[in-house]
Amino acid sequence: MALDQPMTGDQTRIHDIGYRSYDGPRLGRSYATRSLYSQSLRGAYGLGRSAKSKVLPMLLFVVMCVPAAIMVAVAVATKAKELPVDYTRYAIVMQAVISLYVASQAPQSVSRDLRFKTVPLYFSRPIETADYVRAKFAALASAMFILTGAPLLVLYVGALLAKLDFTDQTKGFAQGLVSVALLSLLFAGIGLVIAAVTPRRGFGIAAVIAVLTISYGSVTTLQAIAHAQNSTDAIAWIGLFSPVTLIDGVQSAFLGAATNFPGGVGPSNGEGAVYVLVTLGLIAATYGLLIRRYRKVGL
Amino acid sequence: MYDPTVARLTYRALLGRRRALILGALPLLLIVIAVIVRGLAGADDQTAADLLGGLALATMVPIIGVIAGTGAIGPEIDDGSVVYLLSKPIKRPTIIFTKLIVAIAVTMVFSAVPTLIAGFVLNGNGQQIAVAYTVAALVASIAYAALFLLLGTVSRHAVVFGLVYALVWEALFGSLVEGARTLSVQQWSLAVAHEVTGGDFVVSDVSLTTATVLLTAVTVLATWYAGQKLRTLTLAGEE
Repeated sequence: MALDQPMTGDQTRIHDIGYRSYDGPRLGRSYATRSLYSQSLRGAYGLGRSAKSKVLPMLLFVVMCVPAAIMVAVAVATKAKELPVDYTRYAIVMQAVISLYVASQAPQSVSRDLRFKTVPLYFSRPIETADYVRAKFAALASAMFILTGAPLLVLYVGALLAKLDFTDQTKGFAQGLVSVALLSLLFAGIGLVIAAVTPRRGFGIAAVIAVLTISYGSVTTLQAIAHAQNSTDAIAWIGLFSPVTLIDGVQSAFLGAATNFPGGVGPSNGEGAVYVLVTLGLIAATYGLLIRRYRKVGL
Repeated sequence: MYDPTVARLTYRALLGRRRALILGALPLLLIVIAVIVRGLAGADDQTAADLLGGLALATMVPIIGVIAGTGAIGPEIDDGSVVYLLSKPIKRPTIIFTKLIVAIAVTMVFSAVPTLIAGFVLNGNGQQIAVAYTVAALVASIAYAALFLLLGTVSRHAVVFGLVYALVWEALFGSLVEGARTLSVQQWSLAVAHEVTGGDFVVSDVSLTTATVLLTAVTVLATWYAGQKLRTLTLAGEE
């Protein structure tokens, strides 16, 4: 062929090689959000992931439930008049386990998407920033609710089996569920905000646990000192500065719980209102921060 | 046994960019709390001992140790970039030893120094409390760094296991079960601190001999085994 002879006319064309276009149903934005939610929720317990990653969440779940089962067994065996621990108290007692769970699963949920740069892939689909954040937030909060609610269910069923007072137990159970729902939302929000900052999973875990335990440690230390100094007014205000004491304050003010604060003096109703406002404000703030974080991530 | 280049790389991995700020936030918080407590309660030996023992030694030192110990090697193994380091003609135990030195140094700087400052703020080193807890923090830094560095080479979930040890075993079981305290870095370091300063405010459930033997054994064995693990390291994909 003569190369020096210029091609004349437009030589490009599209061949139809027989690919069929998709004409099935388009499931759309809400379906994608729901899928992301269920995948993240399953992932939070290691379902659909390797056997190794099931170990820790399942172990923590068992550790949460076993003390409840033992208490129920003791209550049934000794024919006790009431359960050894209140429904509202249980999550406060087990807060170390809950902190470990949120610290290990929050980075699992968001850090890997950042590290492997899959976030832009999500956003190239119909879902938007808010959908992604809502799905992840809801999934982790649901996982936390399952973790904290299951032992309460064990306690409740056990209490009914032990023929304890039905109305009394149902009321306590309902109050416990409200308090762990608040706790789940708050912890999930804090965990996700911290985890979403770093693509390093290990660093995220350490940062979440540091925020949760150090804040709790310092608040209880300060409260103990305020108690020793007889400045009882300060105790309730100091409690505002850590997630666990925040939940403790809310439930002792409005959900009929006995408080863990030194001296056994929970916040009064006025202070309790501040507690509720701060809790809800924090949850909203973490949601807002997540939306802001994902508005520009990887794009 | 010590390779300056590896050390420089590890320092940058641990303290580079914003990480130094986050690591620095914890000690800063301790000092702020110390100032608040001093303002609220005045200088009191028991308060100072409670705060330094409960917050600084029991919570802050292990957490800094976990971040520095696992952070010295974990992320490199995680993202696979450790092969570039391993393919250089440097002995694997040398790499571990260098990283251990760096991890110990970082843990000491970020935990023992603020403990000392907080101790002086709280009661001006009355009854030698500040010095005692600083000694404990220094000793604990060495053992924690070695232990968590080993965890970093053994498991991909090193941070979680390190935290479970530090917070569940030492703090929770240690306060409930007497026997658990014998196997606790915190108690060993307290024994050493007690011997050094001899005050009544720093007490340990472990005798000095047991503590020193166990401290040395754990540090040496952990470092040796980490070197062995690095010699036979297999890189796995993300789960």
